[in-house]
Amino acid sequence: MEIFLYTALFSPLLGSLFATLFAAKPKLLIAGIVPTLLLGVSFISSSVLLAHILSTGQVVHVEMMTWMEAGDLYIPFGFVVDQISVTMMMVVTLVSTVVHIYAIGYMDHDKSFNRFFAWLSAFVFSMLILVMSDNFAGLFIGWEGVGLCSWGLIGFWYYKESATWAANEAFIMNRIADLGMLVGIFLIYSNTGTLQYTEAFAALPSLDNETLTWMGIFLFIGAMGKSAQFPLHTWLADAMEGPTPVSALIHAATMVTAGVYLVIRANPLYDLIPQVGLFIASLGAFVAIFAASMALVNRDMKKIIAYSTLSQLGYMFAAAGLGAYWVALFHLMAHAFFKALLFLGAGNVMHAMDNELDPFKMGGLKKTMRGTFIMMTVASIALAGIFPLAGFFSKDLILEAAFVNHHYIIYSVLLFTAGLTAFYSFRLIALIFHGEQRYKIFGIHPHEAYKFMLVGMSPLLLLAIIAGSFKMPYYEMVTALLPATEYHVHSVAVYWAMTIGTQLLAASAILFAYKKYARNNIKVPDGSSAVEQTFVYKLLINQYYIPLIYEECLIKPYRTLSRVFWKEIDQKIIDASVDGIANRFYSTGEATRDMQSGNLSTMLKWMVAGLVVLLSLAVVFAFAASHPDDIKLLLSGLGVQ
Amino acid sequence: MFEAIAFYLFAFLTIIMFYIAVTTSQALYALTALAAGMIFISAFFFILGADFLGAVQIVVYSGAVMALYAFGMMFFDTTRDLKEKKGNKYIVAGLSTLAAILVVIIFSAPIVGDNIKALYPVVEGAGNTQEIGLVLFTKYLVPFEVAAVMLLVAMIAGIVLAGKKMDASLTLMSEEEIQELEKEKNKEVLS
Amino acid sequence: MDIGLNHYLVLSTILFSIGLVGVMRRKNLLMLFLATEILLNSVNIAFVAISHYYGDLTGQMFAFFVIAIAASEVAVGLGLLIVWHKRHNNIDLDTMSSMRG
Repeated sequence: MEIFLYTALFSPLLGSLFATLFAAKPKLLIAGIVPTLLLGVSFISSSVLLAHILSTGQVVHVEMMTWMEAGDLYIPFGFVVDQISVTMMMVVTLVSTVVHIYAIGYMDHDKSFNRFFAWLSAFVFSMLILVMSDNFAGLFIGWEGVGLCSWGLIGFWYYKESATWAANEAFIMNRIADLGMLVGIFLIYSNTGTLQYTEAFAALPSLDNETLTWMGIFLFIGAMGKSAQFPLHTWLADAMEGPTPVSALIHAATMVTAGVYLVIRANPLYDLIPQVGLFIASLGAFVAIFAASMALVNRDMKKIIAYSTLSQLGYMFAAAGLGAYWVALFHLMAHAFFKALLFLGAGNVMHAMDNELDPFKMGGLKKTMRGTFIMMTVASIALAGIFPLAGFFSKDLILEAAFVNHHYIIYSVLLFTAGLTAFYSFRLIALIFHGEQRYKIFGIHPHEAYKFMLVGMSPLLLLAIIAGSFKMPYYEMVTALLPATEYHVHSVAVYWAMTIGTQLLAASAILFAYKKYARNNIKVPDGSSAVEQTFVYKLLINQYYIPLIYEECLIKPYRTLSRVFWKEIDQKIIDASVDGIANRFYSTGEATRDMQSGNLSTMLKWMVAGLVVLLSLAVVFAFAASHPDDIKLLLSGLGVQ
Repeated sequence: MFEAIAFYLFAFLTIIMFYIAVTTSQALYALTALAAGMIFISAFFFILGADFLGAVQIVVYSGAVMALYAFGMMFFDTTRDLKEKKGNKYIVAGLSTLAAILVVIIFSAPIVGDNIKALYPVVEGAGNTQEIGLVLFTKYLVPFEVAAVMLLVAMIAGIVLAGKKMDASLTLMSEEEIQELEKEKNKEVLS
Repeated sequence: MDIGLNHYLVLSTILFSIGLVGVMRRKNLLMLFLATEILLNSVNIAFVAISHYYGDLTGQMFAFFVIAIAASEVAVGLGLLIVWHKRHNNIDLDTMSSMRG
């Protein structure tokens, strides 16, 4: 089995290196195809590993080599394929294979085609390191690796200022959070003396509660950054500056779920500190409704989907915080499928509409883009959680978990968010695909994407529909590692009332969205309508003024402070002293420049002079060393101590 | 007694020869004096019992190296007098004398001979050449091979430098000239 | 009237300083090479003498390698000299100042 592990892990790296060879060259189709094929290989290897774990239940654990060994510190490059990581591997490799196929078509006309695949495969490699590592140090490498690749891919079109800004924002925000995570890892090491998951978790119960709480908080800060939880959420919406396949792979399906993965992976820790778990769950519920509300009015197709991702991440954290780790992981998996599908569909629409992102300027696209229409609609139904698609099973479980644990506030917030989710998803669908063809005003001629892109997306379509049916086998598999709590409402009547109520809420939200936005007389909003004048609308469209607050309260004072330091301290003290030293050398050099006349004879003379100086020094020192007393006497006679 | 006479005689001759070699204004004189000095130095080697090195000294220096200089000299105009530097003779003389005196001072200081242990002591009953062979092909095998390779490299370098048309220097040429040269080279390769 | 190690060392020093004089006052590159040969040989004498008086073959080994290096130096040096002479038609040190600072 080890060979499959290594194949799954390293073939994306190979693909990335291959594409890197051509990174600066003009587009080469092979630079896209080879990484894609290698990812396919990785996917097949992951499937073999999954089959192995399903059939035998044995964890595959390898130690490739020693990484660090110093004193008591021992950190190997160890990889583990257990029930959790194999789930993540399946999600990562499957979605990334689809996205790679899709990107061959999507990036068709881009002149940095080869570079794109180099980054994308490198991202998959880092992500696999993250999920497969058997210790926190390896996890951290993958964590930083995906951060780096995410930076390179958000800023892929580096000639656009907004893209580089977004890339830097994402990178810096993640670094802030990573500091917290690093502190958490240090805490774990200093208290347990190891970073291996199994050993560290085994040592946890003997620690006192305060230490554990700090560990949990700091690790969760790292997770907050990567999964864009409030207040570090602003980067995710801005990250949509990257190419759409990147948004689908990194900012919907895989990287942003790494935070959830971390909480799930550290479940023995969070089980010991339920108060932190409750905080995580509350924050998750808050982010769920917070992001969903921003998605209600936004006019940027990709940002709407990004906020929906944020909202779904909130759901996952709510589940994980409540101890329903397997539910969180299940929702993570289902979400990865339908959200990636939704993003890829949005990419098709963007391509068709000449990179127009405002859904108000589209409308009526279902005639020209039938395949995309079906896929996005299915993905949205799944996202809204309508039976029997994937979202229904995973989302309903989260609601049930909240209900059964008697967290009724969290439950009602999540329930309300489910309605909002259905509304904004179908607002988007209605605006894009229904109604009259408003794009004609702007002189755009839409066309359906390449056939192979649609075919490539079809596995996701299938999974978005049927992923719910994996629930029981999946449950049996992961509960080997995760706490096996079944969340069943005891009273049958309440259960049915809840389920049907949720369904009705979502369905009515969908109908409402259709009724409001699928009409024929939608106008492109220009700030004149009554709705747009209301305070709530302004609050939402400005993202609760949070970016503004960050700008005013954090960035501007920081800039002022930096300016003061630059003008006053750096220029007047540091630069001046450094320049002074440099000028001294410079004038010395100028003065002795005549020595370097370029005349060999002169230089040889200088060399002999140097030899004489060295020899006399040798004589003097030898003499001084053999007569230390005389020297002292001489010096004291001269008045020197 | 014989040793002392031989030492002083050859020391005197060597100093004279080398003095001529560095002061004469005739290139041929200098070369001849140097060759003679080399042979006299081999005499010291024989006195000191280093027969093998003495032979090598005669063969390599007086034979090969001097022959190389002689051939090299054929390229140059040796008949005209060598121009010497008009510059300050006192600096030259002073610096050399000072260096010599300092070295002598260092030598005359008590050298702690007990600290020196013979790493590769002279084997009793074996000739000098035999001993050298033993040490050279055991302890010094790798340096010996390296030296051999270095000689080969030097030989090839000498042939290439002196033989090929090397009147073009990439560092002293302008960009256009270099491009011109590259073009010509490409033409040669293509044809 | 025994000849000791110091005799040889002093002789070596004298020859070395003669070489230094040559190195400093010669302007002809070929003559400069001859002077460096003198330097190398003076050191060889010291090596062999020390080897003899301490009964250790290391000194002779060093002298041997010095000879090898001197030979290769002459080969390369003369090659360069010929190249220079072909280009500039002289081997005067004062004309070689392209490294002027």
